[in-house]
Amino acid sequence: MQKTILVVDDSPSVRRMVSMTLKGAGFAVVEADDGRAALAAAERSLPDIIITDQNMPNLDGIGFIKAFRALPQSAGVPVIFLSTETEDAIKAQARAVGAIGWMTKPFNDEKLLSVVKRVAG
Amino acid sequence: MIDDPEGQALFEAEARQLTESLEAGLLALRSATGDRALIDGVFRDLHTLKGTGGMFGHAALAAFLHDFETAFEAVRDGSLEVSGPLIELSLKAHDHVLSLLAGGSPEPGEQLLADLGALRRAGTAAAEGAAPRRIRIRFAPDTLSLGGVPGIVLDGLRELGATAIRPLIGDLPPPAALDPAELHIAWEAELPAGIGDAELAEVFLFHEEALEILADPAPGAAQPPAEETGAAPPSAAEAAAGPPRPRDGAMMRVSAERLDEMMDRVGELVIAEARLADLAARSGDPQLVAVAEEIQRLATGMRDTTMSIRMTPIASIIGRFRRLVHDLSQALGKEIELRVEGEETELDKTVIEMLADPIMHLMRNAADHGLESAEERRAMGKPGTGTITVRAQYSGAEVLISLIDDGRGLDAARIRARGIERGLIGPEEELAQGDLLKLILEPGFSTAAQVTELSGRGVGMDVVKRTIEQLRGSIEISSEPGHGAAIHLRLPLTLAIIDGLLVEVAGERYTIPLAAVEHIIELPAEKAEAGAAPQLLNIRGKLVPFLRLRQLFRSDGAAGPHQKVVVVMSGELRVGLTVDQIIGSSQTVIKQLSPLHATQKTFSGATILGDGTVALILDVPQLVAFGQAREEREAA
Repeated sequence: MQKTILVVDDSPSVRRMVSMTLKGAGFAVVEADDGRAALAAAERSLPDIIITDQNMPNLDGIGFIKAFRALPQSAGVPVIFLSTETEDAIKAQARAVGAIGWMTKPFNDEKLLSVVKRVAG
Repeated sequence: MIDDPEGQALFEAEARQLTESLEAGLLALRSATGDRALIDGVFRDLHTLKGTGGMFGHAALAAFLHDFETAFEAVRDGSLEVSGPLIELSLKAHDHVLSLLAGGSPEPGEQLLADLGALRRAGTAAAEGAAPRRIRIRFAPDTLSLGGVPGIVLDGLRELGATAIRPLIGDLPPPAALDPAELHIAWEAELPAGIGDAELAEVFLFHEEALEILADPAPGAAQPPAEETGAAPPSAAEAAAGPPRPRDGAMMRVSAERLDEMMDRVGELVIAEARLADLAARSGDPQLVAVAEEIQRLATGMRDTTMSIRMTPIASIIGRFRRLVHDLSQALGKEIELRVEGEETELDKTVIEMLADPIMHLMRNAADHGLESAEERRAMGKPGTGTITVRAQYSGAEVLISLIDDGRGLDAARIRARGIERGLIGPEEELAQGDLLKLILEPGFSTAAQVTELSGRGVGMDVVKRTIEQLRGSIEISSEPGHGAAIHLRLPLTLAIIDGLLVEVAGERYTIPLAAVEHIIELPAEKAEAGAAPQLLNIRGKLVPFLRLRQLFRSDGAAGPHQKVVVVMSGELRVGLTVDQIIGSSQTVIKQLSPLHATQKTFSGATILGDGTVALILDVPQLVAFGQAREEREAA
């Protein structure tokens, strides 16, 4: 079955690059430009995987994940951060609110795909 | 599973053929370890078995065979050497495959795969001069709810060549507190040497914290899992399906060494407890006596529990017998069937381990010398297939293990002739049938001419005898010419602690194993005088010879007026032992006598009494044999 990935980033170019890479590998992609929109999208239709940025307007990545994990249906949905942040404290915080992993920008398509495939099982 | 009865039947026939070919190949490899054709053959058989097994729904079979196939692939490309242990293990794997095909439990396979893993690692480690690494994988409990997939990590490890991947479920909370969404299972695995940190990090992507590198195992030492608890108790159907066999459910593996240590400690406890009881009795303080009694009760319970932990069913060594009979059958060209009765009978683990070799030797003898060829048998009106029966049963505080064959039986005349020839008996000496047959147990009875390739190897009959005696057991042999022979091994249930009857003879105390005591009577006045003949007592209409322990121990002085006779039994035979006094029963921790005293035949060991003095333990089977022999001499 085709898996749906929710891609959350305030940068349209990043969103576009990630989406194209994922779509090319056969995934369905839903995009959101900030945490608040992402939460609404996730509530509307639960994605199989979430890839999110940290620094975004309105609701940042950690805030979004915190709210997302409060939804009962969020269990089992892996969340991967894709961010320029490299600070360990923030990574730890992301882990604490319920992210499974962290990838640092810039990324290459191959690496992104291999990670997503691994997480998708 | 493919629903195709005809295909299934085809597969079964093919599997039978493949397993036979596999076993033959393995056995042949034993003596020709470098034979390429044989190695290729074994690999092909494994490969085909695995492939067709998987196709016909035998997933467990295919999974099990995978590692063995890989191992022989390694043998084929020269990275692994054919060794004795590898062949042994593969033969066991072959047996396991047969069991799987017959619908048996896949459980025993896990140990085989773990052993194979250890073997291969030992092989590759030796080749590369590096030891494998042991790792533990413990995910955070919320990993599943965060979308983590532990299986991916485990699969990744398998791809790196990790073996012996084993779940640890020691952290599982009790069922009531169990949240199915939480992960409490950890794993341990062994990584082949040469796996770099980068490769590991790749596998543990996003799960770095789950990886723990354990201490490198000592080379060659397979580390037994410290703890392995399973979840489900056996279902009613499983329980009804056969003898209650311990399953992984709620089981724990403990090293035998620790059990021995525990037994030693319980032994010390029993001795200390006896001292306490002694002191308490002397002090006359009722409170102290009450505490001493309580401690005695606890120590007895402790002893019984500890001993029951050490009890192992005979079934644990039966597998070796099946293989042996199979091998013998092939090697001798005789059809042999092995029958096992009472395999649930339990014995102390030390006894069981020491028994395996003697029993296997007796089997070789029975198959080689006892059973006739199929033609001979048919000519005598017997079924062409010979039968060897191993029967185990409880008999009081002893276990009786019988090895019965339906072959030609022992030739008493030939044994007698050989006994005279070897100087084991005098030419004029008349022996009872049982004693005559026992000559085959004497060292030097067997001659080189008689030794065939099969029965001449390993232990000889005198070693069988010595081992059984070491175990404080006895051997009886019976035979019916033309119909077969039976060898009965009588063994004590345990070696370490027994209930003893403490008696006094000429101011010294001795212990008689209580299990051997049948009853105790007062010595009739007319028999009390030393030298009064005949030394027989009428006990419930049976004449029983009796031994005056005072005389036997060469003690001076006269006994008191009320001597007692303790009637002891060994097998079907009885003998009375006269003693001055019965002191009472006591738990007896058996201490071995020094090698200097190993040759005497009156005492089987010694024990330490509550007051710290030593009491010798009477060797009942020996005394009974002695008393009976004397009676026969006098009767003759």
